[in-house]
Amino acid sequence: MRLDVRFPIGGMFAIVGAVLVVYGLLTPASLYQRSLGINVNLWWGLVLLVFGVLMLVFAYRAFKAERQIEK
Amino acid sequence: MLGIGWALRRVIRSSEDFFLSGRSIPAWIAGLAFISANLGAQEVIGMAASGAKYGIMTSHFYWVGAMPAMVFVGLFMMPFYYGSRARSVPEYLKLRFDEKTRALNAITFAIMTIFSSGISMYALAKLFELVLGWSFHGSIVLSAVIVLVYIFLGGLTSAIYNEVLQFFLIVLGFLPLTLLGLKDVGGWSGLTAKLATVATHAGFAPGAWTHTWKYMDSPSHNPMGMEWFGLVMGLGFALSFGYWCTDFLVVQRAMAAGSMTAARRTPLIAAVPKMLMPLLVIFPGMLAIGLHVARGGFLPIGNDGQPNYNLAIPMLLGHYLPPGLLGLGLTALMASFMSGMAGNVTAFNSVWTYDIYQSHIRPGQPDSHYLRVGHAATVFGICASVLAAYSATRFNNILDMLQLVFSFVNGPLFATFLLGMFWRRTTGHGAFYGLLTGTITAALHYGLTISRGAVPGIHGGFLGAVLHTYPSEMALNFWTALFAWTGCFVATLVISLFTKRTKTDDELRGLVYSLTPRIQEDYLPWYKRPVALAVVILVASVVLNVIFW
Repeated sequence: MRLDVRFPIGGMFAIVGAVLVVYGLLTPASLYQRSLGINVNLWWGLVLLVFGVLMLVFAYRAFKAERQIEK
Repeated sequence: MLGIGWALRRVIRSSEDFFLSGRSIPAWIAGLAFISANLGAQEVIGMAASGAKYGIMTSHFYWVGAMPAMVFVGLFMMPFYYGSRARSVPEYLKLRFDEKTRALNAITFAIMTIFSSGISMYALAKLFELVLGWSFHGSIVLSAVIVLVYIFLGGLTSAIYNEVLQFFLIVLGFLPLTLLGLKDVGGWSGLTAKLATVATHAGFAPGAWTHTWKYMDSPSHNPMGMEWFGLVMGLGFALSFGYWCTDFLVVQRAMAAGSMTAARRTPLIAAVPKMLMPLLVIFPGMLAIGLHVARGGFLPIGNDGQPNYNLAIPMLLGHYLPPGLLGLGLTALMASFMSGMAGNVTAFNSVWTYDIYQSHIRPGQPDSHYLRVGHAATVFGICASVLAAYSATRFNNILDMLQLVFSFVNGPLFATFLLGMFWRRTTGHGAFYGLLTGTITAALHYGLTISRGAVPGIHGGFLGAVLHTYPSEMALNFWTALFAWTGCFVATLVISLFTKRTKTDDELRGLVYSLTPRIQEDYLPWYKRPVALAVVILVASVVLNVIFW
């Protein structure tokens, strides 16, 4: 059995993305003056979360397909 | 945020046992590892520094340099590397030529890895200096200790794993920076307007920072100080082909692929994301210099009175990213510097231990002996990197320094490879003395010329007489590489004609183009063949060149 590299990558970005989203929701708008008033923690956190989850989904699908072949 | 990064790296490292043996590495992973191996400080810091110093012309490193070179590696070089089963470049040279050529290359390669690792160490120390507020000396010591611990904990054992992760970390960590920066200045047109001030300030036409080819008619019209011929031959041909074809840190990644076709496809797949890298690393540099000139100071001024272009990315990170995302950006930077150091020190260790010590100094010792020598080499390599890191402080753009080292090492080596691979008459003596001549030519050229405004010494002109002054350090590097390549090519050719062949055709099977069976790929659909991919990549780089003409 082998570990698909997409599992750790997906897991890491999903977690980091989720943390950033929460952090972005909790922080006041004044923190985002330097990023042109955009709550980048929230938005980029969402991007990372989606990316991470997609990676996990693809890895999981490949994993299941492999199981099928083994059977 | 830093903690999360670290913890996850540890989890990933322990799962290394599950990691696929060569056979099953999917092509896209090998491809990403291929470019990640090169995504150290030189790329992230160096390309941004060059973006600030030379403008969009820096993209020539990609669209004239790396793209065609990667295509060449995939189509023509991979069959020899993959087919010969050599595990390192020096080993290939031994199979193709002889022991002494291998030893010479091992020595120059070892020196190169030290400089590369020193440059990453410098970048890491600068980052600590900036973030922690430590002195530069203290930061260097901290970096050295960190990388030592990292290597001894086995940080590089799961190299390919880490590299793929690091690729995404850098892309996703830096992309918001470019996006925010571009939004801030008002897109490409806003950036062009900002950089017009930079260009006229420096005494060039307003578009000099935002056109790749338009001002290449004469060295005096563009900030890089190059005209098209020197650029195409020096950078495109000698330096880029030399680097991508002979730097084993990079080539090795493709050898992990499962089949010859997969190995050939690896650099080609890697070329696709590589093509878009300028957006991520050169644009921030251009943004930084735009800010610097518009506000009358954004980048710190170095000892030479010039802005320290190396700090473009770290300064921008602090300027645009709020706490939170800033942590991600800094983690990405640190990961890139550390793997840049660790990769090079490990390469130094293996080249020194196997290609020099075991082959020439003390052969026939038990494995435990070589293991101890390897550990000692790692410590020595890190100490030597510290020295290299201090010499990097003398350059306001680390890419200038790195290309200088490449022009001495990779430039001539590429001539040796070309002749060795495509002309079976090339002899061992020819290769050895040719390589030596090439390196000496580089030293002579560098010793007798200088870049404008530099003091003779580390920036050239150390042989007393200065015969020519180049407009920029990069121009000097390009011409040094071209001279070195030519010196090596001519010397190898002439000496080979006057010396006897030592290897028969039979011994050269699989090592020389004409003696290697052609690869049959008729069974693949046309769009899966490496040649088709290669054409797509070349067309795309032409298009990019035209867009930013």
